[in-house]
Amino acid sequence: MQIEKKGSEAKVEMQMTPMIDIVFQLLTFFIMSFKIVAAEGDFDIKMPLAAKSEGLPPDTLPPMKVRLTATTGGQLNKIRLNDNDFGLSFDGLHNYIISVIGDERGPGSVQATAEVELDCDPQLHYQYVIKAITAVSGYTDADGNIVKLVEKIRFTPPKSRAG
Amino acid sequence: MKLSKVKTEITEPDMTPMIDMTFQLIAFFMMLLNFAEGDQNQRIQLPASELAKPAAMPLESPITLHVTQEDTVIIGGQEVSVEGLKPFLDREASVLTMRGKSPAVATVIVRGDMDAKTITVQDVIKTCQLARFEKFVLRAKEDRGY
Repeated sequence: MQIEKKGSEAKVEMQMTPMIDIVFQLLTFFIMSFKIVAAEGDFDIKMPLAAKSEGLPPDTLPPMKVRLTATTGGQLNKIRLNDNDFGLSFDGLHNYIISVIGDERGPGSVQATAEVELDCDPQLHYQYVIKAITAVSGYTDADGNIVKLVEKIRFTPPKSRAG
Repeated sequence: MKLSKVKTEITEPDMTPMIDMTFQLIAFFMMLLNFAEGDQNQRIQLPASELAKPAAMPLESPITLHVTQEDTVIIGGQEVSVEGLKPFLDREASVLTMRGKSPAVATVIVRGDMDAKTITVQDVIKTCQLARFEKFVLRAKEDRGY
Protein backbone atom coordinates (compact mmCIF):
# COMPACT_ATOMS: atom_id res chain seq x y z
CA MET A 1 0.00 0.00 0.00
CA GLN A 2 1.31 3.34 -0.88
CA ILE A 3 1.33 5.84 1.96
CA GLU A 4 0.34 9.25 0.86
CA LYS A 5 2.70 11.97 1.86
CA LYS A 6 1.00 14.54 4.03
CA GLY A 7 1.20 18.03 2.68
CA SER A 8 3.59 19.32 5.33
CA GLU A 9 5.17 21.74 2.90
CA ALA A 10 2.02 23.82 2.55
CA LYS A 11 2.90 27.35 3.55
CA VAL A 12 0.48 29.07 5.91
CA GLU A 13 0.63 32.77 5.24
CA MET A 14 -0.57 35.35 7.70
CA GLN A 15 -3.10 37.78 6.33
CA MET A 16 -1.28 41.11 6.78
CA THR A 17 -3.71 43.45 5.06
CA PRO A 18 -6.08 44.16 8.01
CA MET A 19 -3.17 44.77 10.36
CA ILE A 20 -1.51 47.19 7.96
CA ASP A 21 -4.84 48.97 7.50
CA ILE A 22 -5.23 49.47 11.24
CA VAL A 23 -1.62 50.46 11.70
CA PHE A 24 -1.91 53.14 9.05
CA GLN A 25 -5.13 54.42 10.57
CA LEU A 26 -3.44 54.69 13.95
CA LEU A 27 -0.48 56.46 12.39
CA THR A 28 -2.79 58.93 10.65
CA PHE A 29 -4.64 59.60 13.92
CA PHE A 30 -1.45 60.33 15.84
CA ILE A 31 -0.03 62.51 13.06
CA MET A 32 -3.25 64.53 12.85
CA SER A 33 -3.43 65.06 16.61
CA PHE A 34 0.25 65.95 16.93
CA LYS A 35 0.87 69.52 17.95
CA ILE A 36 4.12 71.16 18.90
CA VAL A 37 3.62 72.97 22.20
CA ALA A 38 6.26 74.92 24.10
CA ALA A 39 6.98 73.65 27.59
CA GLU A 40 5.38 75.69 30.34
CA GLY A 41 6.41 76.38 33.90
CA ASP A 42 5.00 78.07 36.96
CA PHE A 43 5.96 80.81 39.37
CA ASP A 44 4.56 80.54 42.87
CA ILE A 45 2.90 83.64 44.22
CA LYS A 46 2.14 83.97 47.90
CA MET A 47 -1.22 85.65 48.19
CA PRO A 48 -2.88 84.64 51.46
CA LEU A 49 -6.23 86.04 52.41
CA ALA A 50 -6.09 89.60 53.63
CA ALA A 51 -5.57 89.62 57.38
CA LYS A 52 -4.96 92.32 59.92
CA SER A 53 -1.29 93.17 59.98
CA GLU A 54 0.40 92.14 63.19
CA GLY A 55 3.74 93.54 62.23
CA LEU A 56 6.75 91.70 60.95
CA PRO A 57 8.18 88.87 63.03
CA PRO A 58 11.65 89.61 64.44
CA ASP A 59 14.65 88.86 62.19
CA THR A 60 12.52 89.32 59.10
CA LEU A 61 13.56 91.71 56.38
CA PRO A 62 10.94 94.19 55.24
CA PRO A 63 9.75 93.34 51.72
CA MET A 64 11.69 94.87 48.85
CA LYS A 65 9.24 96.98 46.90
CA VAL A 66 9.71 96.70 43.16
CA ARG A 67 7.84 99.49 41.45
CA LEU A 68 7.03 99.07 37.76
CA THR A 69 5.60 102.13 36.06
CA ALA A 70 4.03 102.02 32.62
CA THR A 71 3.29 104.26 29.69
CA THR A 72 -0.34 104.85 28.78
CA GLY A 73 -0.01 102.08 26.18
CA GLY A 74 1.03 99.57 28.84
CA GLN A 75 4.72 99.46 27.93
CA LEU A 76 7.33 99.53 30.67
CA ASN A 77 8.43 103.01 31.65
CA LYS A 78 10.65 102.58 34.70
CA ILE A 79 11.83 99.98 37.22
CA ARG A 80 12.53 101.05 40.78
CA LEU A 81 13.47 99.12 43.88
CA ASN A 82 13.26 101.19 47.04
CA ASP A 83 15.43 104.20 46.10
CA ASN A 84 17.25 102.58 43.20
CA ASP A 85 16.25 103.44 39.67
CA PHE A 86 17.07 100.82 37.03
CA GLY A 87 15.48 102.52 34.04
CA LEU A 88 14.26 99.75 31.74
CA SER A 89 16.96 97.28 32.73
CA PHE A 90 15.75 94.05 34.29
CA ASP A 91 19.41 92.98 34.32
CA GLY A 92 20.17 95.89 36.66
CA LEU A 93 17.37 94.77 38.98
CA HIS A 94 18.59 91.18 38.76
CA ASN A 95 22.19 92.10 39.64
CA TYR A 96 21.01 94.24 42.55
CA ILE A 97 18.94 91.34 43.93
CA ILE A 98 21.96 89.02 43.60
CA SER A 99 24.09 91.51 45.58
CA VAL A 100 21.43 91.73 48.31
CA ILE A 101 20.82 87.98 48.58
CA GLY A 102 24.48 86.95 48.50
CA ASP A 103 25.70 83.36 48.39
CA GLU A 104 24.36 82.14 51.72
CA ARG A 105 21.55 79.58 51.50
CA GLY A 106 19.51 77.59 53.99
CA PRO A 107 17.20 78.36 56.93
CA GLY A 108 17.68 81.81 58.39
CA SER A 109 19.64 83.09 55.41
CA VAL A 110 18.73 86.30 53.62
CA GLN A 111 17.62 84.20 50.67
CA ALA A 112 15.15 82.27 52.80
CA THR A 113 13.58 85.33 54.40
CA ALA A 114 13.72 87.89 51.60
CA GLU A 115 10.43 88.97 50.15
CA VAL A 116 9.56 91.04 47.11
CA GLU A 117 6.40 93.04 46.72
CA LEU A 118 5.46 94.00 43.17
CA ASP A 119 3.80 97.37 42.80
CA CYS A 120 2.72 97.74 39.18
CA ASP A 121 0.77 100.34 37.26
CA PRO A 122 -2.68 98.97 36.37
CA GLN A 123 -2.24 99.21 32.60
CA LEU A 124 1.21 97.57 32.57
CA HIS A 125 1.40 94.59 30.25
CA TYR A 126 1.62 91.31 32.13
CA GLN A 127 4.79 90.22 30.28
CA TYR A 128 6.78 92.82 32.27
CA VAL A 129 5.48 91.38 35.53
CA ILE A 130 6.81 87.97 34.49
CA LYS A 131 10.14 89.58 33.51
CA ALA A 132 10.36 91.22 36.92
CA ILE A 133 9.50 87.96 38.68
CA THR A 134 12.15 86.19 36.60
CA ALA A 135 14.73 88.85 37.51
CA VAL A 136 14.12 88.56 41.25
CA SER A 137 13.41 84.84 41.59
CA GLY A 138 16.60 83.33 40.21
CA TYR A 139 18.84 82.51 37.30
CA THR A 140 20.19 79.56 35.39
CA ASP A 141 23.84 78.74 36.02
CA ALA A 142 26.36 77.39 33.50
CA ASP A 143 25.26 73.80 34.17
CA GLY A 144 21.63 74.62 33.48
CA ASN A 145 20.60 74.44 37.14
CA ILE A 146 18.28 77.06 38.55
CA VAL A 147 19.78 79.13 41.36
CA LYS A 148 16.98 80.55 43.47
CA LEU A 149 17.02 84.08 44.79
CA VAL A 150 13.78 85.47 46.23
CA GLU A 151 11.05 82.87 46.66
CA LYS A 152 8.44 84.96 48.44
CA ILE A 153 6.81 87.18 45.87
CA ARG A 154 3.51 88.99 46.16
CA PHE A 155 1.57 91.85 44.64
CA THR A 156 0.54 95.02 46.36
CA PRO A 157 -3.25 95.36 46.63
CA PRO A 158 -4.67 96.30 43.20
CA LYS A 159 -5.22 99.94 42.45
CA SER A 160 -8.17 101.33 40.57
CA ARG A 161 -8.22 100.77 36.81
CA ALA A 162 -8.10 104.47 36.16
CA GLY A 163 -4.68 104.38 37.89
CA MET B 1 8.01 22.23 -32.13
CA LYS B 2 7.13 21.93 -28.54
CA LEU B 3 6.72 25.21 -26.69
CA SER B 4 7.85 25.25 -23.09
CA LYS B 5 5.42 26.64 -20.57
CA VAL B 6 6.53 29.88 -18.97
CA LYS B 7 6.22 29.58 -15.22
CA THR B 8 4.49 32.55 -13.66
CA GLU B 9 5.58 33.29 -10.08
CA ILE B 10 3.84 35.61 -7.73
CA THR B 11 6.41 37.98 -6.30
CA GLU B 12 5.50 39.22 -2.86
CA PRO B 13 7.18 42.34 -1.53
CA ASP B 14 8.88 42.04 1.84
CA MET B 15 6.65 44.02 4.16
CA THR B 16 8.72 43.63 7.31
CA PRO B 17 10.81 46.85 7.07
CA MET B 18 7.75 48.94 6.28
CA ILE B 19 5.81 47.54 9.23
CA ASP B 20 8.83 48.06 11.51
CA MET B 21 9.09 51.66 10.49
CA THR B 22 5.37 52.28 10.79
CA PHE B 23 5.32 50.92 14.32
CA GLN B 24 8.25 53.13 15.23
CA LEU B 25 6.42 56.16 13.87
CA ILE B 26 3.31 55.23 15.86
CA ALA B 27 5.39 54.85 19.02
CA PHE B 28 7.01 58.26 18.37
CA PHE B 29 3.73 60.10 17.90
CA MET B 30 2.14 58.31 20.85
CA MET B 31 4.92 59.48 23.13
CA LEU B 32 4.52 63.07 22.00
CA LEU B 33 0.76 63.15 22.28
CA ASN B 34 -0.18 65.93 24.65
CA PHE B 35 -3.09 64.95 26.86
CA ALA B 36 -2.86 68.19 28.86
CA GLU B 37 -4.16 70.22 25.95
CA GLY B 38 -7.32 71.01 27.89
CA ASP B 39 -5.26 73.37 30.06
CA GLN B 40 -4.26 75.43 27.08
CA ASN B 41 -5.93 78.04 24.97
CA GLN B 42 -4.89 79.26 21.55
CA ARG B 43 -5.88 82.85 22.32
CA ILE B 44 -3.40 83.15 25.15
CA GLN B 45 0.17 84.06 24.24
CA LEU B 46 2.08 83.32 27.40
CA PRO B 47 5.03 85.50 28.39
CA ALA B 48 8.38 83.71 28.22
CA SER B 49 10.80 83.11 31.05
CA GLU B 50 14.07 81.20 31.27
CA LEU B 51 13.07 80.00 34.74
CA ALA B 52 9.78 78.50 33.62
CA LYS B 53 10.38 74.77 33.84
CA PRO B 54 7.68 72.10 33.84
CA ALA B 55 6.66 71.17 37.39
CA ALA B 56 8.20 68.00 38.80
CA MET B 57 5.07 67.22 40.83
CA PRO B 58 1.46 67.59 39.69
CA LEU B 59 -0.37 70.49 41.29
CA GLU B 60 -3.09 69.74 43.81
CA SER B 61 -6.66 70.28 42.56
CA PRO B 62 -5.62 72.68 39.79
CA ILE B 63 -8.05 75.27 38.45
CA THR B 64 -6.89 76.96 35.26
CA LEU B 65 -7.87 80.55 34.49
CA HIS B 66 -6.95 82.09 31.15
CA VAL B 67 -6.70 85.88 31.31
CA THR B 68 -7.13 87.44 27.86
CA GLN B 69 -5.90 90.81 26.70
CA GLU B 70 -9.55 91.88 26.38
CA ASP B 71 -9.89 91.82 30.20
CA THR B 72 -11.92 88.62 30.22
CA VAL B 73 -11.28 85.26 31.86
CA ILE B 74 -11.78 81.83 30.32
CA ILE B 75 -12.70 79.15 32.84
CA GLY B 76 -13.78 75.68 31.80
CA GLY B 77 -14.17 76.82 28.18
CA GLN B 78 -16.48 79.71 29.11
CA GLU B 79 -15.44 83.32 28.70
CA VAL B 80 -16.60 85.63 31.45
CA SER B 81 -15.75 89.07 32.75
CA VAL B 82 -13.68 89.37 35.91
CA GLU B 83 -16.84 90.40 37.77
CA GLY B 84 -18.65 87.31 36.45
CA LEU B 85 -15.93 84.95 37.59
CA LYS B 86 -17.05 84.65 41.22
CA PRO B 87 -20.00 82.23 40.67
CA PHE B 88 -17.72 79.84 38.77
CA LEU B 89 -15.14 79.94 41.54
CA ASP B 90 -17.81 79.46 44.20
CA ARG B 91 -18.98 76.37 42.32
CA GLU B 92 -15.42 75.04 42.19
CA ALA B 93 -15.01 75.76 45.91
CA SER B 94 -18.25 73.93 46.76
CA VAL B 95 -17.17 70.92 44.68
CA LEU B 96 -13.92 70.82 46.65
CA THR B 97 -15.81 71.14 49.93
CA MET B 98 -18.07 68.25 48.95
CA ARG B 99 -14.95 66.16 48.36
CA GLY B 100 -13.78 67.01 51.86
CA LYS B 101 -11.10 69.45 50.74
CA SER B 102 -10.65 73.09 51.58
CA PRO B 103 -10.42 75.55 48.67
CA ALA B 104 -7.20 76.74 50.30
CA VAL B 105 -5.40 73.56 49.19
CA ALA B 106 -6.38 73.98 45.54
CA THR B 107 -3.96 75.68 43.19
CA VAL B 108 -5.19 78.35 40.83
CA ILE B 109 -3.14 78.43 37.63
CA VAL B 110 -3.18 81.89 36.09
CA ARG B 111 -2.40 81.75 32.37
CA GLY B 112 -2.25 85.41 31.50
CA ASP B 113 -1.74 86.73 28.00
CA MET B 114 1.53 88.64 27.65
CA ASP B 115 -0.40 91.81 26.71
CA ALA B 116 -3.08 91.44 29.38
CA LYS B 117 -3.26 94.29 31.88
CA THR B 118 -1.62 93.63 35.22
CA ILE B 119 -4.68 95.01 37.02
CA THR B 120 -6.81 92.30 35.37
CA VAL B 121 -4.52 89.58 36.68
CA GLN B 122 -4.57 91.19 40.12
CA ASP B 123 -8.36 91.46 40.05
CA VAL B 124 -8.59 87.78 39.09
CA ILE B 125 -6.38 86.85 42.06
CA LYS B 126 -8.46 89.06 44.35
CA THR B 127 -11.68 87.40 43.13
CA CYS B 128 -10.13 84.00 43.80
CA GLN B 129 -9.20 85.10 47.30
CA LEU B 130 -12.81 86.10 47.93
CA ALA B 131 -13.77 82.55 46.93
CA ARG B 132 -11.27 81.26 49.57
CA PHE B 133 -8.51 80.20 47.17
CA GLU B 134 -5.03 80.93 48.46
CA LYS B 135 -2.48 79.16 46.29
CA PHE B 136 -1.62 80.73 42.97
CA VAL B 137 0.87 80.03 40.25
CA LEU B 138 1.61 82.30 37.31
CA ARG B 139 2.27 80.29 34.19
CA ALA B 140 4.89 81.22 31.60
CA LYS B 141 6.32 79.41 28.63
CA GLU B 142 9.86 78.14 28.72
CA ASP B 143 12.36 80.48 27.10
CA ARG B 144 15.21 78.41 25.77
CA GLY B 145 17.03 81.43 24.44
CA TYR B 146 16.73 80.57 20.75
